Order: sequence, then structure tokens, then C-alpha cells
Amino acid sequence: MAGRCLFPKTLSTHDMEGKVVIIGGGAAGMEAAGQLARAGCNVTLLEKQSLTGGHVRNWYHLFPDKRDSMEVIEYLEKHIAHKNISVLTGTSVEDIRRKHGSIVVKASDGREFDADAVVLSTGFDLFKSERKEEYGYGIYDNVITSADLELMFRKGEIKRHDGAVPQKIGIVHCVGSRDEKAGNLYCSKLCCVAAVKQAMEIKGYIESARVFCFYMDMRMGGAHYEELYRESQEKFGINYIRGKVSEVSENINSKLVVKVEDTLAGRPLKMELDMLVLMAGMEMSEGGRIIAENADLKTGENRFFAPADHHFGSNKGNMKGVFYAGTCTAPMNITETISHARAAVADVIYYLKEGKS
Amino acid sequence: MKEEGKKRVWADYQKEIADDHFFYVRSCIRQSFFPGSEQFFLHFMRIVLGKDVFENPSHTSCTGIGYHGDIVPLRTIMAVVARHFALMKESGYKNIAISCVTSFGIYTEILETWKHFPEELVQTKEDLFKATGREFDVPENVAHTSDIIFKFRNEVAGKAKFPLINKDTGEPLNGVEHIGCHYAKMFPKHGVGGAEFPRVLSGMIETWGGKVVDYPERRHCCGFGFRQYLVQANRGYSLSNTAKKFESMKPFKPDFVLTNCPGCNMFMDKWQYTIKEMNGTIYGENGESIPVLTYEELAGLVMGYNPWDLGLQFHMVQPEPLLRKLGIEFNPDDKFRTKDGRQMPVPKNLINA
Ligand code: SF4
Repeated sequence: MAGRCLFPKTLSTHDMEGKVVIIGGGAAGMEAAGQLARAGCNVTLLEKQSLTGGHVRNWYHLFPDKRDSMEVIEYLEKHIAHKNISVLTGTSVEDIRRKHGSIVVKASDGREFDADAVVLSTGFDLFKSERKEEYGYGIYDNVITSADLELMFRKGEIKRHDGAVPQKIGIVHCVGSRDEKAGNLYCSKLCCVAAVKQAMEIKGYIESARVFCFYMDMRMGGAHYEELYRESQEKFGINYIRGKVSEVSENINSKLVVKVEDTLAGRPLKMELDMLVLMAGMEMSEGGRIIAENADLKTGENRFFAPADHHFGSNKGNMKGVFYAGTCTAPMNITETISHARAAVADVIYYLKEGKS
Repeated sequence: MKEEGKKRVWADYQKEIADDHFFYVRSCIRQSFFPGSEQFFLHFMRIVLGKDVFENPSHTSCTGIGYHGDIVPLRTIMAVVARHFALMKESGYKNIAISCVTSFGIYTEILETWKHFPEELVQTKEDLFKATGREFDVPENVAHTSDIIFKFRNEVAGKAKFPLINKDTGEPLNGVEHIGCHYAKMFPKHGVGGAEFPRVLSGMIETWGGKVVDYPERRHCCGFGFRQYLVQANRGYSLSNTAKKFESMKPFKPDFVLTNCPGCNMFMDKWQYTIKEMNGTIYGENGESIPVLTYEELAGLVMGYNPWDLGLQFHMVQPEPLLRKLGIEFNPDDKFRTKDGRQMPVPKNLINA
């Protein structure tokens, strides 16, 4: 039976049903679920993986304060441990349809869920780095992604494929972002600061390592990012080289040979490295894409869900009763994701309060 | 290095290659530098496989070298290529087989131009009609001849007398593949295996028993680079690019270099001689230079054809070290002797001889 949202008197003037289905159990979906449940809504949280938590689970320490990502997971898990929330993992959604004033959410296994409102929090997929063929990810053993490096951090050891400790490590920015050839003109926003954080963290494991970041621009737009960038140079001696890596290969000693143009020095550069880390960008998730296609939800040039209005409607789309939360609309960090999810909750509450109009 | 990763890339660049009925367009320089290659291609296709390969004697140069040397304008070269398509149409063919990588690049560039700028196609049709009264259709299938040998690589393997195995050690021979820049770097989808990890030649080497060497400067230009060589003052630049490639492949001890482009073959062959003369550097083992072969020459050797019938003696770097490793018997005195026994002049300074 549908629950009723219990709003403060000032918010609630109408009686309303409050059954909300949230699609995607990452940070945005979990935050939205917790907030809606506390407001009295009856929430069903659908997650295609076997665990909630999304990409946050795959990171070790978070920027800018080096917090263990598990602390965020613990907070979110506590948040959804609420009697008004039922979490259904292993459930992927392929369509949503409006039907007689409510919304039907169709799962791939044929189940259907009725909802008064739907929150889409389908998140992002990491750019598949093998698509940048010139970097040889999946071919050269010591070319890894930022996500692979986080796994190494969590395991507590950074090692090359042959077991040796790498001494010279390159980090490539903008892998699959700001790249016409990859079809992504947008900036993924987080990879610069993630690279700075990872470069410093590498030095924490291997003090003698030399780390080189190959960047186009250092986009340090968030709170404390610039300070982190400065610290990485002053305290950790990280080298920043402005230039895009053009190709990677392997020599007879299994060292990576990287070609890059140093655009500040105005010189081509060829460098031997022990390991290369690709800062994979963010793309609209495949799950989100399928829903967008089947449900005729508008997407932007960047292929993420298109908000109804960039300033006043960033949580709304083109289907009544369907709201967006988090990185399914654009790249965001965790703080922004949580704020965006809370804003989606406010929109849902008003929508239900106003009798779904 | 993970072979699986390469296979994944190759899977993304599968190319449709026609099976039969080819309109064959020759290279300007292959016939003089490696005369056995086109000869073998036609023999293999027509006699060994029984395919229909047609040549029209009115076919001319594609003028690609002039185009890349800034002598022939785009509008002119489009009309020249359109004329070739008109000859193909008049001969009743729809599949073009292009013997040269420069030409292949020209054809693909022009076809892509017409696709993206249809007004250029209209203009070319008008130009050709005004100049020659001819009309043309764009081909249904465009293949480089290395694509075609790649397609039939198993047929070569099926008739192999000398697989790419070192007869003394039983180990696969190390082959360096060098793909002409204009084969797939401009339009990866037109090349077998794409541009970064092309499969067209590596597929032949592996199918015929050899091992492919992946070395840091694998993707680098052979050194020809058109204006690098065509402008005399730039020739040092051409040479230094070739030297860069050979320095990079040297530690891997290649037994041969396989190319699919006439220019690359010529420069990787002849510049080895020049570098040896200039500073004494030799890139192969045991004081021998590395033989540079075309895919037809290699296919012919694997199938047991006489190396001199394949024209290997016309390279600056002579093939003897490779022939010995493969266990192929040869008589060096026959190199420059005609079929009826007359002795031709013997070129001086051949290396490895
Ligand atoms: S945040 Fe930095 S690395 Fe990421 S896409 Fe933007 S500029 Fe590139």
C-alpha cells in the first residue's frame, strides 16, 4: 500500500500518494531514497548491481580531504536502512511509461513497479579507455586506468605486471574527455583533481617515485582543489607537463615509451615510463541510455539526460513525474551529487504535494 | 603484451573485401623497383586461385605523388581518379583492387570527400564529362592488394613449402610489419585492423608461421613522407626518420621487414644501404642488413617460388640471410640472368650478397 508523505503543514496543502521509485543505487539514489523516506514517502530503490554504492565503492581515498570512501558508503547505507525503503538489487530497468496519472517502471526481468514519481539516478559509466587505441589499454601490461590504480591503493601495493615497483609513472589527463575523436567534447570535471590526488597518493606508497602528469589545462574549480594542486608540487614534487600524449608503445625491456608534445617548452618529448595511468572520463551510463531511448527522455549533446532548464530545472526532464539526481545529468563530484539528489527530493515533494501536476 | 587486447581492436575494424572480379590498378613505382610483386599478385590470383582480375591499359598514374608534392591540385586529381572509375565502369567491374598505398590513400580520401561534400562529386562528374565525355560510378568495393592477400592468406598457408620458421632452431622468424601511413591512418575503418594495431600484415606473418615484432617506433613513418624526400634539401630528414625506426627495431632482432607500400619498401630498403655507407651502421645481426619484402614476395617465398623469379635481387638489401634461415636453396649466379640464360649487368654495392 502506498505510504503518504508527511510534510510540515507549510508544505502540504493536498492529500497525496507518495510512492517513489528510484532507479540507480549509487550516491545520488541512496541520498534521495533516505531523504524521501524521512519525509514519509514509500520508496523502492532499484539497483542493477548486487550492492548499492555505485562508483564510490571503487575509490579508496576521496579528494580533497583524503577521506576513506567507505565512510561515505557507511553514511549512505545507514541512510537507506529505513522502514519506508525497500532496496531491490540485481534489478535493471529498461523503460518507464506514464499510465493514468502514475508511472510504470519496467524492469528487464519483466517485473513492473507503479510509482507516483520516479527519480532517475542512473549515474555514469567510466569511459572505456581501450577506445583510445593509441594508449594501448588492454594491450600494454603496464597501462592502467585511474580506477585500476584505486584498486591497487586499496590492496596496499602499487606494482607493475612483472611484480616490480614502478619508479617512473605517467598520468594522462582527459582520457575520453574534451576529445572530438572520442565523441566527448565536454570536460569530465573531476579527473584533474583526481589525478593530483592519485599522484600524491602514489608518492605516499613509493617515496622515490617520479610522477608526471600530462595535462591540457589544470581545471581546479572545486573547493580546496587549487590548494591540493599546489601541495602536490611543493611537498610531493609532482611534475606537470602541458601536452597531450600522442602514442604509447613498449620497448624490449617492457618499459612504456610515451610520445607527448611539451607545449610549454615547445618541444616533442619521448619518455620511458614504468607505468601509465589513464584518467578515464565520465559518460552517460549504458543503463541511462537504454531508459532514455525507450522512454523518449531527452538527452543533451553530451548524451547525459537533458535538464528541463539549466538554472531552475536541473532535476526535471521532459516527462512529468520523472526527476533526475546526480551524474546522470552531467559529471559531478560526490558533494555535488548529494546536493543535487537533495534538490531532486525537494522537487519530488512539491510535485506530490501539488497533486502530481 | 596482451594479444587478446589486439584481437579486440581488430574485431572493431573488419573490412569487407571482395572475393572475385577485380579491376586492378597498378602502382607507378612497384613495377620498376620490385617487378616480381605485381607479377606474383596477378599469377596468384588468376592462376593459383582462378580469380578474374582485369587490367585496362588506359589506366594511368593516380598522380598521388604530385598531389602530395603540391604539384597536382585536388580538383585535378579527383578528375584523374574519376577517369579510372570510368574505365572500370566501361570494363564492367565494380570492385577495385589498388596496388599502391599512396593510390589507396588517394582513392579513399576522394571517396570520403565525395561522401561528406556531395557538391564535389557533382563538380568532378562535370569536370570529367567535359574533359573526356566519360561517366563513372563509385566502386562497390575498394581493396588494397594487401587486403586481398590478407583475405587469401590461408590459401597461401595451405600451399606453404617454407613456413616462416628458422630451419636451424625450429623457432618462428621475427617479422617487423610496416604499414604505409596512407593505408589506414587517415581513415582507420578502411584498413584491416584499423590504424593503431593494423592486422593486414601481422595476420599474414602469423598465418605463415612467423612471429610479429611490436617495437616502439612501429607506427612511425618509413622516412619517405613525400616532401621529406622530394624536396632535396629535406632528404636528411627522410634519412633520420628511417634511422629512428631501425634503431628502435634493432634490439628485437628482426629477420625481415614486411611492407605494404611501395614507397616504404623502397626507403626502408635503400636507406639501409645509405646509412651503412654514411656511418657504417648495420641493423641486422652478424653484420647483415635486414631484408625488406613486399607481401607478394613473402607469399611467393613461403609457397616455394624461386626468389629470383620473385625479383628479390632487385632490392638493395639482398635476401640471402632470410633465404638461409628459411632453408631455401638458391643459386646467386642466376640472380641477373634472363630465363634464356643471358647475363644482365650486375648492380654494384648490393648488400648482404
Ligand atoms: S577535469 Fe581535467 S582531466 Fe578531466 S576532462 Fe577536465 S581538463 Fe581533462
